[in-house]
Amino acid sequence: MTPLPCYLLLSALLFAIGLAGALTRRNAIIVLIGIELMLNAANLNFIAFWRYGPNPQALTGVMFVIFSIGVAAAEAAVGLALIISIYRHYRTTNLDEVDSMKG
Amino acid sequence: MTLPFAIIGILTLASTMAAMSLRNLVHCALALTVTFAGLAAFYMQLDAQFVGFAQVLVYIGAVAILIVFAILLTHRDEPPRPSIFSATWVVGVGIAVAVFGVLGGLVLSSQAVTRKVPPPPDISVRQIGEQLMTRFILPLEVIGLLLTAALIGAVIIAMHEKGRE
Amino acid sequence: MDWIVERLWLIPVLPLLAAALGAVVKQRQRRLAAFLAIGSMILAVALSCVAFINALQHSGQGSVARQVINFFWFQFGDPQMSDTALRLGWVLDPLAAVMLVMVSLVGLLIFIYSLGYMAQDENFTRFFCFLSLFASAMLGLVIANSLLLLFICWEIVGLTSYLLIGFWYHKPSAAAAAKKAFITTRVGDLALLLGMVWLYSQTGTLLFYDGGHGCLEQSALAKLVAQTTGLGMAVSTGIGLLIFCGAIGKSGQVPLHVWLPDAMEGPTPVSALIHAATMVAAGVFLVARVYPLMAAHPAGGAAESGALQVVTWVGAITAVFAASIAVAQTDIKRILAYSTVSQLGFMMLGLGTGGVAVGMFHLITHAFFKALLFLGAGSVIHGCREEQDIRRMGGLRKLMPLTFATYAVGMLALSGFPLIFSGFWSKDEILHAAHGWSSPAPFYLGVFAALLTAFYMTRQVCYVFFGQSRAGVSPGPDSNQAEATKQDRQTGVLRAHEGQARRLSYVLHESPMVMIIPLLVLAAFCVVLSFIGTPAWPWFQGFLSGENATGSLGKLFEPQVLGLMALSSVVVLSGLGLGWGLYGRPPMRSADQPDALERFQPDVFALLRRKYFVDEIYDGSVIRFNAWGARACDWLDYWVWNGVVQALSLLVVGVAWLNRLVDEYVVNPGFDEGCRRLSSGGTLMSRLQSGRVQTYLRFVGVALVVLVLFLIWGGRAP
Repeated sequence: MTPLPCYLLLSALLFAIGLAGALTRRNAIIVLIGIELMLNAANLNFIAFWRYGPNPQALTGVMFVIFSIGVAAAEAAVGLALIISIYRHYRTTNLDEVDSMKG
Repeated sequence: MTLPFAIIGILTLASTMAAMSLRNLVHCALALTVTFAGLAAFYMQLDAQFVGFAQVLVYIGAVAILIVFAILLTHRDEPPRPSIFSATWVVGVGIAVAVFGVLGGLVLSSQAVTRKVPPPPDISVRQIGEQLMTRFILPLEVIGLLLTAALIGAVIIAMHEKGRE
Repeated sequence: MDWIVERLWLIPVLPLLAAALGAVVKQRQRRLAAFLAIGSMILAVALSCVAFINALQHSGQGSVARQVINFFWFQFGDPQMSDTALRLGWVLDPLAAVMLVMVSLVGLLIFIYSLGYMAQDENFTRFFCFLSLFASAMLGLVIANSLLLLFICWEIVGLTSYLLIGFWYHKPSAAAAAKKAFITTRVGDLALLLGMVWLYSQTGTLLFYDGGHGCLEQSALAKLVAQTTGLGMAVSTGIGLLIFCGAIGKSGQVPLHVWLPDAMEGPTPVSALIHAATMVAAGVFLVARVYPLMAAHPAGGAAESGALQVVTWVGAITAVFAASIAVAQTDIKRILAYSTVSQLGFMMLGLGTGGVAVGMFHLITHAFFKALLFLGAGSVIHGCREEQDIRRMGGLRKLMPLTFATYAVGMLALSGFPLIFSGFWSKDEILHAAHGWSSPAPFYLGVFAALLTAFYMTRQVCYVFFGQSRAGVSPGPDSNQAEATKQDRQTGVLRAHEGQARRLSYVLHESPMVMIIPLLVLAAFCVVLSFIGTPAWPWFQGFLSGENATGSLGKLFEPQVLGLMALSSVVVLSGLGLGWGLYGRPPMRSADQPDALERFQPDVFALLRRKYFVDEIYDGSVIRFNAWGARACDWLDYWVWNGVVQALSLLVVGVAWLNRLVDEYVVNPGFDEGCRRLSSGGTLMSRLQSGRVQTYLRFVGVALVVLVLFLIWGGRAP
């Protein structure tokens, strides 16, 4: 078995890459993809800790990840609906141009 | 680090990098799908088979498709931009690097991660179902509510508004 | 207690009820108002007679028989700490009994007379309301057993006097006379109040008779006599003098007599009732009531008390003073007014020298014949169509025979015609008492005043009733003014009398029967009353002092008594003769003919005519001082208090202006600057909100890193 730190580092890397994409890409959908990646990285973290934890029989990690997947799916749906709605309004998905909330 | 882990790991990382840096949005979505698949493999390797299948079903089967649909709906013939990254992409990358640094540092400096590996758990779907119905009944119901709300909300938000345009 | 003594309070209360009802009666319900007033007076007369009979039954036992009922009015202060319960009460003794009968009877007769006299006046109901109120207060005053209750009634009597003098209030002279009367008596009343307060502080009670504890009873008097004031007189004398000052004001003694002649501005029944028979007698009655207090004096020293000495002197001086003025007056009512003042002086003289009985006898007889004279004068005025100047009357003897007859009876009684008229006997008693006094001067003053009385009454009767009629003839240069004053006097009656004049076409007439009957009754009393006070049978004196009077004709022929009778007869007859000789024999032919005395001694006559310039002296001194005081107060108010208020307001305005300055130049700019800073700060801060999601996300990332690092470092063991 690969040791736990490998999984953790991998999930950290995935998280960082997802964050980098969310922070730097112009397109809103790519930002959403980045967020999904971050969520997935967190899920991986959970499962790794569950597996290497003291009591994997309790299924706590698995449950959490199941719910996390559900929530992520819902959030993706709503987020994409928002993007569609914004696209309709601003005629662009370029996040640099969607700044009418600026103060 | 075993060999399967290394192979799947490299695959997943590569597709993630691709997902974040390709110009064509659909290519990004497809790369994302590969990422999801790699993650599903990880889950199975970690004896969370159900989660792995759920990952495949939900993420690859629903979320990725949804993303593709969204790309298609919002894709328009725009003048090609010189850059797909924002002007201050260095700052963003720097922040991401800083975050990875912190997380990595935490992981490597922690003593909690050096532990004996417990034996693989023997879990069945039946057990998961029982847990869902007894211990995690509240989250289950809340998730149901959440999904309903998300469904309705998404429909309403994305609905074509009549008479506004 | 006898039935009547328990019900004695009804006597004043019934006319009070009549007055209260009369106040709400409408102006045209004349018969109702008159019925209420006269009905209540008839009841009062009846009850007074019953009381009198009761007092008669209890009399003759050696000392004065008093029946007293006291009641509790209110409590002030702590009942346990000190006895500060205020009690009032009424008393039925011979003094009260005779006054009750006199006041109610004379009042009733005058009420009946007023039916005819005021018949043409439109304020008929108001007149009877006020008359009833006056009668109630006077009767209350008479039976009061407490000095406080007496004072209350005293003040109400003063009030009704003011209301009735100023009855024709639209006449400025009447309004001024009413004010003068009220203010002048107020001066006296103030002294009376001070005396009352002093008495209360010394004895702790204001009840006259209270089973041994009253302020006129032995224990209280002994205490009062024993203490002396800073001026060296006994406290009882001091209190007595203060109370006498009240009597001076009310009874018109010198120097507070000035209001009485002016009070003749009121209707004649008012003059008869209030300013001849009853109210002015209240002062005399007051002195009689508190006589034990005034007579109390320490064992050693003067034979009489200081208070009684003052009373005597004031009375004697007033008698001569007023009589001398009356000699030179030309208004029929003013002559009678000064005569009243003079006779009141006589009464005071009698009280001071001879005691209660002497003074009260003259008061009773005077009430009847003075009321008669005034009513007769009213009849004359009424018949002469509101003419009051005696120079414009004359020859009325044949035109108004009944009036003349009754007036003559009254005049002879007042002058003191020997033997058959009551005035002779009552005046004789006074002179008798004065003769035996310590100083002979009051006696001689009294004799001189009697001479003058006979003289001026004869003068008046000759002017009015004898000679030819001078009616309608103006007396000379001031005719226009006289005409004008005649016009605006008694305007209410003038209207009706014009109608009458048209019918009678300048024929002077006798008065109606409703006015004649009271005259006849009063005239009868003038004669009858003489027989109850002669030395032969001093029933009146005995009744008042509680002894049984025995009648014996022999007393008349005692040398002292006979000598005095002869002296007074000579004086009276000489006065009558002098008057007849000067005014009767050569009859006055025209109104502008100068007076006989005026021809004789014009300067003296002018002095007397102008009433010794007393009014002018008061005007120059007291009134002027008062006006100066008022002006000073006005100046003070205008410049000082007003100035203070203005200064305060200016101060406030200044502070407000300062406030505004601060607000406008300090607070406002500061506030504006602060707001501007805030606004620019906000503008600055708002640049953080770029509106771009990725910027926010970057911040979140940075914050996460910082937080985790912080936690790590914080969690590290030192």
